[in-house]
Amino acid sequence: MDRRLFLKGLTGTACSLAAHPLMTTVTLAASDGSAPLGDHRLVVVILRGGMDGLDLVRPSGDPLLAGYRPTLSAPQGPDLTGYFSLNPMLAGLMPLWQAGQLGFVHATSTPYRDHRSHFDGQDILEAGTGLDMPDGSVRDGWLNRMLQAVPGLRSQTAFAIGADSAPVLQGPAPVSNWQPDVRLDLSPQSRLLLDHIYHDDALFREAATEAVSLTERMDLARMNGAAPPTVDKGRLAETDRLTDFAAERLRDDTRIAAFSLNGWDTHRNQSGGSTLPLQRLERVVLRLADQLGPQIWGKTLLLAMTEFGRTVAENGTRGTDHGTGGAMLMAGGALKGGQVMGRWPGLDEAALYQRRDLMPTSDVRAWAAWAMRGMYGLDRNLLESSVFPGLAMGSDPGLLA
Amino acid sequence: MTQDKTTAAFRFGYGLPLPDQAPAEPASMLAALRGPDVMAATWPGPHLADLNDTLTRADTLLQTWRRAKAAEARVARQDYRQAIAQLEGVTLLAAKTTIARALDAPDGFRERLVQFWADHFTTVARARRDSPLPATLVEEAIRPHLTDRFADMLKAVVQHPAMLRYLDQSRSLGPNSRIGKRQAKGLNENLARELLELHTVGSGYTQEDVTQMAELLTGLTVDKTGATFDARRAEPGPETVLGTTYAGDALATVLKALDDLAEHPATAAHLARKLAVHFVSDQPSPDLVQALTDAWRSSGGDLLAVAESLLTQPAAWSRMQEKARQPFDFTVAALRTLGLDGADVMRMADGVFRQIILQPMAAMGQPWQRPPGPDGWPEAAEVWITPEAMAVRITWAMEMPQQLVTPLPDPATLMTRSLGSHLGERLAWAVPRSESTREAVGLVLASPEFNRR
Repeated sequence: MDRRLFLKGLTGTACSLAAHPLMTTVTLAASDGSAPLGDHRLVVVILRGGMDGLDLVRPSGDPLLAGYRPTLSAPQGPDLTGYFSLNPMLAGLMPLWQAGQLGFVHATSTPYRDHRSHFDGQDILEAGTGLDMPDGSVRDGWLNRMLQAVPGLRSQTAFAIGADSAPVLQGPAPVSNWQPDVRLDLSPQSRLLLDHIYHDDALFREAATEAVSLTERMDLARMNGAAPPTVDKGRLAETDRLTDFAAERLRDDTRIAAFSLNGWDTHRNQSGGSTLPLQRLERVVLRLADQLGPQIWGKTLLLAMTEFGRTVAENGTRGTDHGTGGAMLMAGGALKGGQVMGRWPGLDEAALYQRRDLMPTSDVRAWAAWAMRGMYGLDRNLLESSVFPGLAMGSDPGLLA
Repeated sequence: MTQDKTTAAFRFGYGLPLPDQAPAEPASMLAALRGPDVMAATWPGPHLADLNDTLTRADTLLQTWRRAKAAEARVARQDYRQAIAQLEGVTLLAAKTTIARALDAPDGFRERLVQFWADHFTTVARARRDSPLPATLVEEAIRPHLTDRFADMLKAVVQHPAMLRYLDQSRSLGPNSRIGKRQAKGLNENLARELLELHTVGSGYTQEDVTQMAELLTGLTVDKTGATFDARRAEPGPETVLGTTYAGDALATVLKALDDLAEHPATAAHLARKLAVHFVSDQPSPDLVQALTDAWRSSGGDLLAVAESLLTQPAAWSRMQEKARQPFDFTVAALRTLGLDGADVMRMADGVFRQIILQPMAAMGQPWQRPPGPDGWPEAAEVWITPEAMAVRITWAMEMPQQLVTPLPDPATLMTRSLGSHLGERLAWAVPRSESTREAVGLVLASPEFNRR
């Protein structure tokens, strides 16, 4: 029995447990044998803290950039389109870009405006609502509402991994949760005795049986060499375990996965502070592609989205403050990648939102809606009324390969 | 009506064994509830007045840190972090205090009621500096009003800075108020909505009622000393909520509206059902809910009368264990059964307390004072007894007791001491067949009869 389960990684204080950068969550939804969702896998990654889209995909072709961001515009990373360049920390993703399996949407945002609070911004991002929906009137997430529309989902459909929950996938549709570190290891005798004491209580019997079986399946996958033994020992260890678990489930019967990567709130010394979050993001994409293998990765779309972008100009402490328009990263074989999508508003002061933030030119929900329509054939009316109430999807942006 | 000690301890307390001379039938349980709040004195909780200076200092230092240049900013940052550490220390101490009270209280029913109302009026710290605020709300607005009228508790909660900050009331401005016009800012409906949806009537209101309630609440805000009413923020003119019109932009008007909401028949029905669901069954009998509703309405929302009604319904003493112990209840019951008392918990090093108690509770699905939203923790057993949560509960049951007590208690004694008349044949058969004391103790704590109530 691994006592370290409880004793490791416990440096967070009582009141900031949920905000601990490593307290990530993976939520997975599975389809049953009849596969109502088909073969496509959708992975939604919530980047908590306000990811700086202008730093992720830099408009290096605009001479204004260096003026706005003296310390953040250099050194320049790999060229993407002649105008945009990729953050140098993500250079490892270039082979995917060249293979058409990596793309971006720029100048996109939720409908959230002006208050720039993480708490509210993430609520709106995960609820998938517009500003016309009063606070608190929608308590389920948009991925869950998509599942509610799909008949025949298995009851054991989803796994939220970590102490934090993934609100984007929570709601009435069946979703389960799992933390990559949680295991249930029992001596054979204890297992028999637990079977005995749970025999007449279906709730306990089924939960314990599933817990044992999940542990065994993770071990089996490892023994079969499906998961590589080289988990990073350092700062990426948590990310590796998270990704490995998600990949293991997605290779099996899971079709929808959601988890979060934290640490994007870079008010100070951004070039240093964003290193780890960027490394984690790169690692998730590369490791997921590797572990899913060409066939399943070919049917996968990963969307990494955030609650808002950051100010166009650097602040006085070499960081950026909460802004509005941001960027979304997309990856996977299901993607028609190799492009930076979305209408680019430009960096002229007059073109900025409130003369400080990148002007959003698209609703981030529309891209997710087109992805779900393309991958799962969901009805447009359903997407615009139920999954994303009040959304106007506009015309097909040609997101998928 | 048979009232056995086991049911009293499981349904209305924090488990077995009951402390010496603990009341275990309705009359003495109510007498204890009417009596002095012994635990508030034994293990004192945090009060906002004692924290205001530190909060103000933290806010000022944060401003300096953000605005000042190099050296001055460095000093401010260091001092700010110290202030935050101090506030987070208060939060951790309050968590220990909550558990110590649950372990030591002669009347566990009082502590369970505190937890029920604290959850009903959920607040979550939205910034690190706010971390002790939820505990101060429980101390100042919940505990003192357990046997008062519901209206008294409601008014205390709505005027507490923890609630005003959590549900954005401190950001809401009358669009036509003096400050609202100057800053071109307006309403935030968050508190108004939850007040109607979660805290009082629960249904039967419209969006217009929410907006009107939000306008009515404007003026209520937080300053450096606590909650205050600032007429310059209040939306001018009368507001109509659920058919009643309230005139006068003053605190008294807000309190009148809260009185009316507290006494609304829909509030009685909403809260009666919620109490029955929390204490008795996820699907309570209509008779039980009706009896509680009647007690609520005939007493004008007197919480002591409602508690008396709850304790004297035959359905409340049913021997069925239909509910799951939430991770907090499970943890407290386990510590009690293993023989720990409040002083043991208060003495625990912070790191140990986090590792053995807070972190496992979070892994079981209940991070301390971090419910998913203003609607608090879910009640249904299915939400708590999931594969993930059971893996953590079983592992905790098998591994943690040996870290807490040496030597481990005799499993056969532990089994009867912790389960009383709930002990089932299957568990009694299995425990002696364990390979080790450690695993036998684990079986008891992982059993359905220990994890249900």
